[in-house]
Amino acid sequence: MEAPAPGFEFEQPIFELQLRIADLQKQEQTPELQDEVRKLRREEADLTKQIYGSLSPWETVKVSRHKDRPHTVDYLSLVFDDFVELHGDKFFGDDRAMRAGFAKLDQFKVLVVGHEKGRTYKEKSACYFGCAHPEGYRKAMAKMRMATKFKLPVICLIDTPGAYPGIGAEERGQAQVIAENMFEMSRLDTPILCVVIGEGGSGGALGIGVGDRVAMLEHSYYSVISPEGCAGILWKSHEYAERAATALKFTSSDLKRLGVVDDVIPEPLGGAHRDHHQTARRVKAHLIKSLRELLAIPNDERLAQRYEKFRRMGQFLDGNLAAQAGSTADESA
Amino acid sequence: MNKRQKRGVPEGLWQRCPGCHNSIYRKEAEKRLNVCPECDFHFYVSAAERIVQVLDEGTFEEWDGDLSPADPLNFEDKRKYRDKLLDEQKRTGMNDAAITGTGMIRARRVAFGVTDSSFFMGSMGSVVGERLARLAERATDQDLPLIIVSGSGGGARMHEGILSLMQMAKVSAALARYDEAGGLYISVLTNPTMGGVAASFASLGDVVFAEPKALIGFAGPRTIKATIKIELPKGFQTSEFLLEHGYIDRIVSRDKLKSEIARTIDYCGK
Ligand SMILES: [Zn+2]
Repeated sequence: MEAPAPGFEFEQPIFELQLRIADLQKQEQTPELQDEVRKLRREEADLTKQIYGSLSPWETVKVSRHKDRPHTVDYLSLVFDDFVELHGDKFFGDDRAMRAGFAKLDQFKVLVVGHEKGRTYKEKSACYFGCAHPEGYRKAMAKMRMATKFKLPVICLIDTPGAYPGIGAEERGQAQVIAENMFEMSRLDTPILCVVIGEGGSGGALGIGVGDRVAMLEHSYYSVISPEGCAGILWKSHEYAERAATALKFTSSDLKRLGVVDDVIPEPLGGAHRDHHQTARRVKAHLIKSLRELLAIPNDERLAQRYEKFRRMGQFLDGNLAAQAGSTADESA
Repeated sequence: MNKRQKRGVPEGLWQRCPGCHNSIYRKEAEKRLNVCPECDFHFYVSAAERIVQVLDEGTFEEWDGDLSPADPLNFEDKRKYRDKLLDEQKRTGMNDAAITGTGMIRARRVAFGVTDSSFFMGSMGSVVGERLARLAERATDQDLPLIIVSGSGGGARMHEGILSLMQMAKVSAALARYDEAGGLYISVLTNPTMGGVAASFASLGDVVFAEPKALIGFAGPRTIKATIKIELPKGFQTSEFLLEHGYIDRIVSRDKLKSEIARTIDYCGK
């Protein structure tokens, strides 16, 4: 039995229960005491469910960045079999913030592309904490093109704070590669499934984010800008990140409502970081189901649907009529 | 020009040039399409002025002018987005940051779009995205060359959240269809073209022009400086920097823009 460790501030009540349970378990076990432990365990589960069922947007951001949250490399081993990594953009280098390769999803042969944030300090610095450079986006596109040629469906796992802001990134065309990736992904003639598994950071996320289906894990977020960046610009202080997080409406339920994501994949009790295997099973089930559906649609129709899906996004007023695109229109104005 | 002259001169007659820091007689700059007579710095021009400069007189016909911004997130920072929108609309006379339509360039019919960097910093929300997507679709249907002049310091508009981000994908997808149909897209980058605008339609031209000395890039210089904690090289993220690194076809002065566009259309047989 692992010793309880304090988590996020909002998890303090859970932690306190865990301490009480640990304390009871140290004592001599009597039937009454065991009953008490069982009761507390149920309370712990209820409390976790309650807390995680009503996370604030800012708390969601914290969960999406949790140090133990499953990353692309974890899904590569837990969801897929026989991953064969394909390196390099054949132009500049091999960006470790973007992974790509062949893999098997159940009986399907696919190509997986995903941001990787790294776990250890060494890994994190090698991949700039999941912030890809232009060579990462070029690599992703090169492999997706190749996958299309050989009729392999593409699966994109999105998990990045954003595309890297640096001198080399600008010199090598960060804006250009993100634009080109969206442009090409909109018409690649193979099924594309995107899943936001952690952070969906702006253009850096969208650079591998145009697909037939876009899903999000329940406690991930997907935003035009990081809450800290937004706070810095609009409130002139990073201290307003929590306010910005609320204002930006970027949680999975917001995005479902706004018609930006098709599916929200529920996370295990207390978040994906508490149970990688269960999270992976759910992601896998989602991917298989969605892929089956997509493969049943004729290619031309699938491409037309992909176009329409993004074409519908946005909300505006058309003349005097409130014409609002998106799946549920009546939320605005 | 005598620098000391500016003292005592009423405001508005003179402007300080961000390029050479000289005080420039405004009328003199206006005569040159708002270009600094001392150093060739290209000042801001509004979308309406740009239409006058680039299209043949009286030929512009606006499309989708009746679209206007909603407030899908009910966004509020220090102020409400909808209140800020009203202010911006009143101040600029535009209802959002892009104007689109059709007109003639030296007697060649084109689909034409322009973003105005003064309306919410030229940022792209749902209306800008929708206007540009419809523009690309009409250009496809009517087989017209497409010209988009970008000016945006803001990129994707934060106040419309994720929906703004998705406009990048939406417009890029519409441009991909236009490309597929064989259309010619000329993208003109002006000061500034940053963030989600640079990382979508502005970078997707078959031919990409930039005005001299414009700031063009993905991440803002301040963000980059805060991340890497070293001074940025001189001339970083300028048109000249982009030309050197291979991301734009030509740097085109404002007075040549119209003829350069016309010539490109002719070379491409459009
Ligand atoms: Zn000057």
